[in-house]
Amino acid sequence: MLYAILCYNAEDVVMSWSQAQDDAVMDQLGVVHQRLEREGKLGPSLRLMPTTAATTLHKQKDLVIDGPYAETKEQLLGLYIVDIAGLDEGLAIARELGKANPGGAYELRPLRLYLPGVDMPATESA
Amino acid sequence: MTDLAWIDGAITAARPQAVGALLRYFRDLDIAEEAFQDACLRALKAWPKNGPPRDPAAWLIMVGRNAAIDGVRKRSRQTALPHDEAALSDLEDAEAPLVERLDGADYRDDVLRLMFICCHPELPQTQQVALALRIVSGLSVRQIARAFLVGESAMEQRITRAKAKIAGAGVAFETPGPAERAERLAAVAAMVYLIFNEGYSASGSERAERSPLAAEAIRLGRLLLRLYQTEPEIMGLMALMLLQQSRSAARFDADGGIILMDDQDRGRWNGAMIGEGLALIDKALRHRRTGPYLVQAAIAALHARAATPADTDWAQIDALYATLEQLQPSPVVTLNRAVATSKALGPEAALAMIAPLEARLSGYFNYFGVKGALLLQLDRRAEAREAFDRAIGLANSTAEAAHIRQHLDRLAADAKAAGIS
Repeated sequence: MLYAILCYNAEDVVMSWSQAQDDAVMDQLGVVHQRLEREGKLGPSLRLMPTTAATTLHKQKDLVIDGPYAETKEQLLGLYIVDIAGLDEGLAIARELGKANPGGAYELRPLRLYLPGVDMPATESA
Repeated sequence: MTDLAWIDGAITAARPQAVGALLRYFRDLDIAEEAFQDACLRALKAWPKNGPPRDPAAWLIMVGRNAAIDGVRKRSRQTALPHDEAALSDLEDAEAPLVERLDGADYRDDVLRLMFICCHPELPQTQQVALALRIVSGLSVRQIARAFLVGESAMEQRITRAKAKIAGAGVAFETPGPAERAERLAAVAAMVYLIFNEGYSASGSERAERSPLAAEAIRLGRLLLRLYQTEPEIMGLMALMLLQQSRSAARFDADGGIILMDDQDRGRWNGAMIGEGLALIDKALRHRRTGPYLVQAAIAALHARAATPADTDWAQIDALYATLEQLQPSPVVTLNRAVATSKALGPEAALAMIAPLEARLSGYFNYFGVKGALLLQLDRRAEAREAFDRAIGLANSTAEAAHIRQHLDRLAADAKAAGIS
C-alpha cells in the first residue's frame, strides 16, 4: 500500500543547524533510506526549500502571495513515498526516521492516486 | 543528532524572538538577556525530561519573564525600602496575563526592534556587528573576540560601551508605523549584510574564525524574510548572500590564497544555495520594485548560471551595474561595472570609465588592482606595474597582496626573458 510520509519540523530550528549538523542528519537518514531502497519500499523522496522560497496562488481571486499556504509552528519540509504493508509498518519507519532527525512530526497519509510522471534525474537542486 | 543538539538548535532559533519579547516587557536589555539566560538553563533541565515544548520561543519567553520577575522580587525584599512597593505591584500586574497570545505582528516588531537597536548610527559598523552577534545571535564574547582578532576583555569592553550607548539613546517601544518599520528594516538589512561580509571577505588565517559569520548572517536573513515575506529587497538580500556563499568552497586554494571567479572549479559551487538564490530572485522580480540588493543578486545569478566563465553574459551584467549606479551612485560600483564593461566592450572602454575615479579611490586597493589588470590586457606593462605597486601597498590582507604579487612576479619574469632574448 502506498503512503506519503510528510515531514514536519520547525524550519527556523533546522535552518539553525550548521552545515556539519545538517550533513550528519542527512547521513543518518541516508542509512534508513538505503535500507528501504534495498527492500524495494522507497519511492520518490523530496526535501523542500525553506518556506521563504514558497509562493502561494489563492485560486479564487487569482491572488499570488509570497510564502507558504499555511502559517504553522512546524512547516512541511519534505516528503517520502513508501510502498508498505500498512500503517504499523509506516509508523515503524517514521520512528526510525525520527531517531535520525529529531523534532517535529511525521504525518502518514495513504495515497489515493500515484502517477510517477516522467523520470527525472536525482538532483540536489533544480 | 542528539536531543541535546536539537535543544541547542531550538534555543538558538528562538533567541531573537524570545530576547526581543523580553526586551519589550522589561525595557532593559540586561534584564532581558539575563531572563533569557535563566530560561535557557531551565530548558536544559526540563526539555530532556518532558520533551521539547511545541513552541520553544513562547516557553522561553514565559519562563524567562517569570524568572526575571522573581529575581526582582527577591532583590526588592532584601532591600525592603518603602518606595519599592510601587515597583513590586507594577511587576505583579505584568505577571497576571501569563498566557498571552503570542501575536505574529508583535513577534515581528520584537525581532526587528532587537536587531534595530544594534544599528545605532553612532556606533561604528564593527561595533554594530559585534553587538548584533552578541545580542541577536547569542554568540559568546570569546567567539566574537576571536572573529575580530582582539582580546576577550577588549571585546567585552567594546560591547559594554556599545550597550551603554544604545541604552542612553532610548529605544522606541511603541509599535512602529509603516514608514518607521521600513526604515528599521533597511537598517537591519544593511547590518545583516555587514555581518555576512565580515565572514565572506575573510581570507587566510582569519577564515577559520570568521567565515561562520557568513552562515550566521544567512540564518538571520532567513529569519527576517520569514517575518517580512513580501519584501523584494529582503528576498534580494537573501539571494545575494546565498549566491555569494554558494562559491565559498571554491574561493580559496589549499594555502588560503584567493582563487578568482574565472579560475574557480564551478563543480564545487553549492547547487542548493544557488537554487534557493535563483528561486528568491524569481519571486522578487514579480514585485517589479528594484533595489540595490536585488540588482546585486541578479548580477550574482548571472555568474551562477554560467557553466563556464566564457558563458557569462557580461553585457547583461554591465547593464545591471548601470542600474545599480543609478540606484546607488558610488565610485566603487562604477569600478565593479568597469570589470563587466571590459569583458563586454574591451579594456579600453573600462579604463576610460575608471579614469575619473582615481582621485576618490586613491586609497583603495581594488582600484589599482583593476587598473593594473586592464593595463596589462592592453600590454601597457610599465603602467600596469606602477598600478600593481600601488595596489600592493594598499592591500588589506596577505591574500590580496599575494594575488597582486603574482602579477608583479610575472611582469618581472617577462621583462627578464625579454631582456635575455
